[in-house]
Amino acid sequence: MDYTVLRNNMLTPNIFELILHAPGQEPPQPGQFVNVQIDGQYLRRPISVCDWTHDTLTLIYKVVGEGTAKLAKLRQGTTLNLLANLGNGFTVQKHRGYALVVGGGVGCPPLFGLIKTLRAQGRRVVAIFGFNTAADIFYLDRFCTLCQDVHITTVDGSTGTRGFVTDALPLLPRRPAALYACGPMPMLRALYDAAPALPPGFAQFSFEERMACGFGACMGCSCQTKEGSKRICKDGPVLLKEEIVW
Amino acid sequence: MVTQAELSVSLSGITLKNPVIPASGCFGYGAEFAELYDLNMLGAFSFKGTTLAPRYGNPLPRIAETPGGLLNAVGLQNPGIEAVLARELPRLAQYYSGPLLANISGFSLEEYVRCCERANESDQISIVELNISCPNVHGGGLAFGADAACAAKVTAACKKTSKKPLYIKLSPNVTDITEIARACEAAGADGLSLINTLLGMRIDLMRRKPILANAMGGLSGPAVFPVALRMVWQTAGAVKIPVIGMGGISCARDVLEMLLAGATAVQVGAANLVNPYACKEIIEELPTEMERYGISSLREIIGAAHR
Ligand SMILES: Cc1cc2nc3c(=O)[nH]c(=O)nc-3n(C[C@H](O)[C@H](O)[C@H](O)COP(=O)(O)OP(=O)(O)OC[C@H]3O[C@@H](n4cnc5c(N)ncnc54)[C@H](O)[C@@H]3O)c2cc1C
Ligand SMILES: Cc1cc2nc3c(=O)[nH]c(=O)nc-3n(C[C@H](O)[C@H](O)[C@H](O)COP(=O)(O)O)c2cc1C
Ligand code: FES
Repeated sequence: MDYTVLRNNMLTPNIFELILHAPGQEPPQPGQFVNVQIDGQYLRRPISVCDWTHDTLTLIYKVVGEGTAKLAKLRQGTTLNLLANLGNGFTVQKHRGYALVVGGGVGCPPLFGLIKTLRAQGRRVVAIFGFNTAADIFYLDRFCTLCQDVHITTVDGSTGTRGFVTDALPLLPRRPAALYACGPMPMLRALYDAAPALPPGFAQFSFEERMACGFGACMGCSCQTKEGSKRICKDGPVLLKEEIVW
Repeated sequence: MVTQAELSVSLSGITLKNPVIPASGCFGYGAEFAELYDLNMLGAFSFKGTTLAPRYGNPLPRIAETPGGLLNAVGLQNPGIEAVLARELPRLAQYYSGPLLANISGFSLEEYVRCCERANESDQISIVELNISCPNVHGGGLAFGADAACAAKVTAACKKTSKKPLYIKLSPNVTDITEIARACEAAGADGLSLINTLLGMRIDLMRRKPILANAMGGLSGPAVFPVALRMVWQTAGAVKIPVIGMGGISCARDVLEMLLAGATAVQVGAANLVNPYACKEIIEELPTEMERYGISSLREIIGAAHR
């Protein structure tokens, strides 16, 4: 489907917020992603949905290579072809207590839509967000308005707790009732080991993998799990803690 | 206006309503695409490369982008022929009743033969497409496809067992594809499919390591079209059995070029991955493109560039 660029805002020198006009879109599930066609690139680029209304879709992306550098140059009014509502996102669990949401870098955007959904369903949310340095932080005030509490960690200690997201776990008041996480693989791995035990289905991790199709047809992203192989693009990107094999 | 009948072609006595076949490995077992459009509009369909035993395939990452295409090192991930017969084919029957190519791969002669035996039992399968050209698994596939004598041996063994027309899928990673093609024809092949992917690689500059965990992978997509077309041209000129042409096809004009070079039908692979409607759109474009070039029937142009 074709979408029109409404705004392409710079949030930090290499992180951008792309707001698209998306009339008639099927509302995504938090944690789902879109696969973006980019002029001159053969493969589409997978980007998580960050936020949406009935007729807009917001993506946040970091410029890391050719494709995202081209995205950063898109002007208002440009059309963009997206395959939307891809993948199996987060499942919002019912519980008392609070949900712990953990993000690292550009793993944070999909958690914005998730936290909005959690709040709309009456869950309390505490977040830990990890960045390399203070200058990389984005959307902080928006996250703060939604969450009961937000802890920031930076690798260089320029703001918040020095270190990684797992270094903020001891700051939590008590054990969370659910855990939702998205970020780079080493972060997910460390969190998997450090996070408190939760009932099955209550700890959910969102993964990234290099993809060709993004809709389950090519087996390009298929990883091994305790439940057999799963396609990150179709059966994921969100996997339950119980099924993960590192 | 070009009518339905004039789009139709025939492979070993099987009529295809048009020459467009989704290529193996780029269309799964059909389920993901059946949600998007009616698969019965396809000329035929070649399912994911299937082996005797289930296979997980290669480690990740398996995909790398290239100019005008991609590298894949999936490594024949599939649930195994028994699960395909018991689970995938009955599911496929719910949304597809057209001709079906069973893409079969193996690691030994016996394995290919056993798979052909099992394929005999399914009425849904119209053609067995023997993949002797997968560049992504060690000791399998390509080991048979890179040598004319080996290719002839596996062809002859499967021909003896198979009750279905037997097509051999050839590798472009050889010095002279016509030598292998002729060997397969002489050993009893009913047709040939080509090309499989071209062996290639990319390096991640940040990590100073190959992008693919397997280091090398198979290149496909529009970048390979001229190479594929050349090989189809050479092969069609060297054998009398039908050739299914593939490699980089992304629009109706590419289909016409392949037919002119001597292909009787075509397969579309990578294009489905970047545009899930690719086959549907190519089929719908065909009549207009035929009219533009004054083609009234596709059968008439097969191999016409040789004449
Ligand atoms: C499900 C999912 C959701 C994602 N959500 C976001 C998001 O919300 N914001 C964001 O900034 N990034 C996100 N990413 C990562 C994003 O897809 C890559 O940063 C992007 O594809 C890089 O493209 P490029 O052309 O700039 O880089 P290049 O390195 O030039 O890309 C070359 C190829 O590698 C692939 N590739 C490179 N890095 C990655 C990666 N980390 N993951 C998957 N494929 C990669 C590209 O898609 C492309 O095919 C997500 C990835 C996945 C799988
Ligand atoms: C992701 C992927 C998986 C593939 N898997 C198979 C396979 O299992 N068996 C096979 O015979 N060919 C396989 N191929 C090769 C294609 O069927 C086709 O021969 C090749 O990609 C060239 O066509 P294209 O350029 O249109 O993709 C695969 C190709 C891709 C891109
Ligand atoms: S990227 Fe094709 S199956 Fe996941």
